[in-house]
Amino acid sequence: MTTTLLLLVLLAPALGAAVLLLGGRRTNAWGPLAAIGVMGAATAGALALFGAMLTRPAAERPVGVLLYEWLAVGDLRVPFGLYLDQLSMSFVLLITIVGTLIHVYSLGYMAHDPDRRLFFGYLNLFVAAMLLLVLADNYLLLYVGWEGVGLASYLLIGFYRRRASAATAAKKAFLINRVGDFGLSVAIMVMFTMIGAVTFSAVDAGIVAMPGWVPLVLGLLLLLAAAGKSAQFPLQAWLFDAMEGPTPVSALIHAATMVTAGVYLIVRSAAIYDLSETARTAVIVVGGISILFGAIVGSARDDIKKALAGSTMSQIGYMVLAAGLGPIGYVFAIFHLLTHGFFKANLFLGAGSVMHGMNDEVNMRRYGGLAWVMRLTFITFLIGYLAIIGVPPFAGFYSKDSIIEAALAHSWTAGIVAWLGAGLTAMYMTRMVMMTFLTKRRWQPDAHPHESPPVMIIPMALLALGSAVLGYLLVMNDAFEHWLEPVTGFVHEDPPLAMPIVYGITFGVVGLGVLIGVLANLHPAAEAPTRVNPLVRAARADLYGDAINEGLFMRPGQVLTAATVITDRRIVDGAVMAVADLSTGAGDQLRRVENGFVRSYSLALVAGAVIVLAALLLLRIA
Amino acid sequence: MAASLPTAIPWTVLIVLVPLIGAVAVTFLRAPAQQRAARWTAFGASLLALLLAVILAIGFTPAGPGVQYLVSSPWLPALGVSLSFGVTGISLVMVLLTTVLAATVIAAEWRMPVPRGTTQGYLALLLSLEALVLGVFLARDLFVFYVLFEAMLLPVYFLIGRFGGSRRGFAAVKFLVYSLVGGLAMLAALIGLFVESKAAFGRPTFDMTALADMTMSTPTERLIWWGFFLAFAIKAPLVPLHTWLPDAAAESTPGTATMLIGVLDKVGVFGMLVILLPLLPNASVFYAPMVVVLALIGILYGAVLAIGQGDMKRLFAYTSVSHFGFIVLGVFVFTGIAMNGAIFYMVAHGLSTAGLFLVAGYLMSQRGSASISAYGGVSQRAPLLAGLFLVMALSTLALPGLAGFIGEFLVLLGAFQRSVVVGVIATTGIVLAAIYMLWLVQRVMVGPLQPGVDRVREVTVWQAAAVGPLVALLLLLGFFPQTVLSLVEPAAQTTLAGVPAGTAATPSLFGLTGGEQP
Repeated sequence: MTTTLLLLVLLAPALGAAVLLLGGRRTNAWGPLAAIGVMGAATAGALALFGAMLTRPAAERPVGVLLYEWLAVGDLRVPFGLYLDQLSMSFVLLITIVGTLIHVYSLGYMAHDPDRRLFFGYLNLFVAAMLLLVLADNYLLLYVGWEGVGLASYLLIGFYRRRASAATAAKKAFLINRVGDFGLSVAIMVMFTMIGAVTFSAVDAGIVAMPGWVPLVLGLLLLLAAAGKSAQFPLQAWLFDAMEGPTPVSALIHAATMVTAGVYLIVRSAAIYDLSETARTAVIVVGGISILFGAIVGSARDDIKKALAGSTMSQIGYMVLAAGLGPIGYVFAIFHLLTHGFFKANLFLGAGSVMHGMNDEVNMRRYGGLAWVMRLTFITFLIGYLAIIGVPPFAGFYSKDSIIEAALAHSWTAGIVAWLGAGLTAMYMTRMVMMTFLTKRRWQPDAHPHESPPVMIIPMALLALGSAVLGYLLVMNDAFEHWLEPVTGFVHEDPPLAMPIVYGITFGVVGLGVLIGVLANLHPAAEAPTRVNPLVRAARADLYGDAINEGLFMRPGQVLTAATVITDRRIVDGAVMAVADLSTGAGDQLRRVENGFVRSYSLALVAGAVIVLAALLLLRIA
Repeated sequence: MAASLPTAIPWTVLIVLVPLIGAVAVTFLRAPAQQRAARWTAFGASLLALLLAVILAIGFTPAGPGVQYLVSSPWLPALGVSLSFGVTGISLVMVLLTTVLAATVIAAEWRMPVPRGTTQGYLALLLSLEALVLGVFLARDLFVFYVLFEAMLLPVYFLIGRFGGSRRGFAAVKFLVYSLVGGLAMLAALIGLFVESKAAFGRPTFDMTALADMTMSTPTERLIWWGFFLAFAIKAPLVPLHTWLPDAAAESTPGTATMLIGVLDKVGVFGMLVILLPLLPNASVFYAPMVVVLALIGILYGAVLAIGQGDMKRLFAYTSVSHFGFIVLGVFVFTGIAMNGAIFYMVAHGLSTAGLFLVAGYLMSQRGSASISAYGGVSQRAPLLAGLFLVMALSTLALPGLAGFIGEFLVLLGAFQRSVVVGVIATTGIVLAAIYMLWLVQRVMVGPLQPGVDRVREVTVWQAAAVGPLVALLLLLGFFPQTVLSLVEPAAQTTLAGVPAGTAATPSLFGLTGGEQP
């Protein structure tokens, strides 16, 4: 039964993708509905699996299914095996539920796109790959899903294929992710060479007996992979450009699910990180820098999607930081990942709804006063806003506050960074709400904003519901801690301050952030002010991430390429041609042949072959 | 699997003869009106060869003796030469690849006008090339191997020199001169082996199985090794002996380029696997560090050059230089995983490169240019064409789930087992591969529509049906690699068992494969 359900969950979206991508124009009429249908089937399967899992005692919840032996060479044995435990179950539910809602939303959002069947095909492909990523029972199969989601992301970022910028952004995302993949590849090689296996269970069991450098090296390599996929410092630059993709893609792939795969990888490798303090510290540092980096960029960008992208980087920074805390943080990393999946998807779909009504305008300086013309969008967005800045009882409050407490229990630095991030989050999100929905109208003359159709509003409302209640539901009776503890382990540690003081400070910085956000954005200018301080200028340029990439890699790379091309032509081939000229006179031949003597030369060649053959035959007779 | 075939039929000879007979038959259908009949004849012959290859695969017992379906008759007894053909796990896979690609090429170029000369001549040359390459893969006598290895040059020479682009004459002669130099070196080595075998056995022999048991003095073995190595390194092609390939590929028709890079170049690696390693194991181990370094240079150098190309065919040629670096690396790190990976890599590379050349070839025939800058936005006009191209590109950059990944990962893993540094350097190749492939896709397939691209038409149903099986195979081998690996592994193990370096038990940081390695 479990096997059948797992196959249903995995294969339904894969089948949808195959039909839509191979079916061509014939599928135009019913393709999008079929895509939603398979998502419905996958969700139903996921819920059935969840129900069955809940009926079993905690120790018996994980199930493994071996489908077939995928690779067997020498000592290498890699099964095509699936593994469903509480961690992957959480992801499967997030992917199928949020995925289905976003599929439905896309029905309205992409209604007028002539290529929408391709869009839905790619979305199905993404879901299938993402499910494989979280269901694989070994690192190599995870890698298949890992690159599969990268491919879907590549295709969907570049979906508006007439735009040159979309093509560039798609390639950039893939390339930066490839740098991360380098880490994952080498990590798998280290695992196999040292431990002799690549399945999670074997690595978890074998890592304990390894010398200390193995978990350290593996931890750092996996962190590199995670940083690429999850747009964490220093591999964050692609995420901002990825906003070239249609907004539902930004919501599903570049906010709720794919970009959190790095967090999944780290938590899945808990057994490795538990053994290396240094690797964990590196994870915390990367997460901490990303919290502030993303928040600073999010505070300065006027493009609503890029501001949200900064926010995503920052929120994933929280998850990564929590994962780096070890057993006191793994649970909260996944907790925040789930609530973030809902409220960030909610916010992105809200932004999409605004764009839909504003002729695809993304500049918040051209918005203003939309609360009164797009009421439902405003209300759902507001719920997402309250969730992300951490106002109780909305979802983000519980998950982010847990991380702040755990960070404080770890060290003052981590705690202060988490607090700072919370303040900045409140500030940039308030700015977004002010500039978009409140304040004076700054619309372009041709803008006629209108509320989106129900097919878009209903998914937004359901996500808003999740943003509102999910945190409370999961925190009730410490439900989520008990749920995930058997997989990741959980240790509770009290922060060095009394709880009321922690809450007080958190609410203080959030309140301050909101206050600054309101006061600084009472009268936004329709044009971005040009005379701004260096920090704002840097933040608008994504803290010069692109400039650094260009200066450090792209330009030297171009010079190297040009120099290599010349070397190959002039020196390597040049030497060969010179030798030919000198020793055999072939140069002369070449020159003559170029003048049209192919025929005579080939005749000579045939004659030679005939002579050789004749000689051989003669030998035989003799 | 492993149902025994009746041995009364000389399967391994039959499979060589079928395309050869097809080639002869096509030359008899010379009249322009018979062009259609000639195409069907050629296609039929290539399909029959493919069918025979599949039958051979079904009849092959992977766990059985190394050489199966051996057919042998004396040819030049004075020299110890016999016409003997037999199949091993490695050659079986190469035969399958060759027959698949030959049939694909003939089908995909169905409507392609031949610029000069006749369609019949083109097809006859393609089929005779197929026959000769199959002969090389199946030959069990070194002398026969050599003769066919040299004879292979002729059809390629004419295919490039007569049917190629504007600089076809230059490219054909460059290919020929390079190959003849390699052939000469091999001939010298062959004579050396002849002399040695006479001394060792009392009578000369060219039987590959017998020669594997012969021991030689170290200097002799090393000298002979160089002769074969030069020939194979030119063919493979290994940096710095690669400069004939970009010219040859750029001036070839897509079909010729497919056969050249997809199949013919593999003969070089095949020679390393069946001659250098089994016959000259000590010298192979001695020179392995040098070969590994050349392979590493090839991986990175070829990839950087591919990034810098402005011509699609030259770009594909340089990607192949990089990929042959991976393949040769896989052979010369002497681990079971890497060697299996290298053989698998050859299959995957053959399939995806064929797809790239054929799809791009169709595109180029419409636009009339191989220059990348002449394109842009093709996917708006021909989404299916762009989709097929993308799958080939993704397999080329080793996307997991496609065949290219399995080969590349196994080679990297095997190399890493032997030497951490070699493994890590080679792995940087995966980033470079993404750059050259995706940048190409970006410039050609997406973005704004360039002038002149608007007349590009979608691939025809026939062409899609010709290239479609390649896509299916890439996916099939990506998810079910054991279909090929189970055929290959015993043969790879046997090959490796004869090499004193053995399998790497413990990794070392820098340790290249020196003789003292466990």
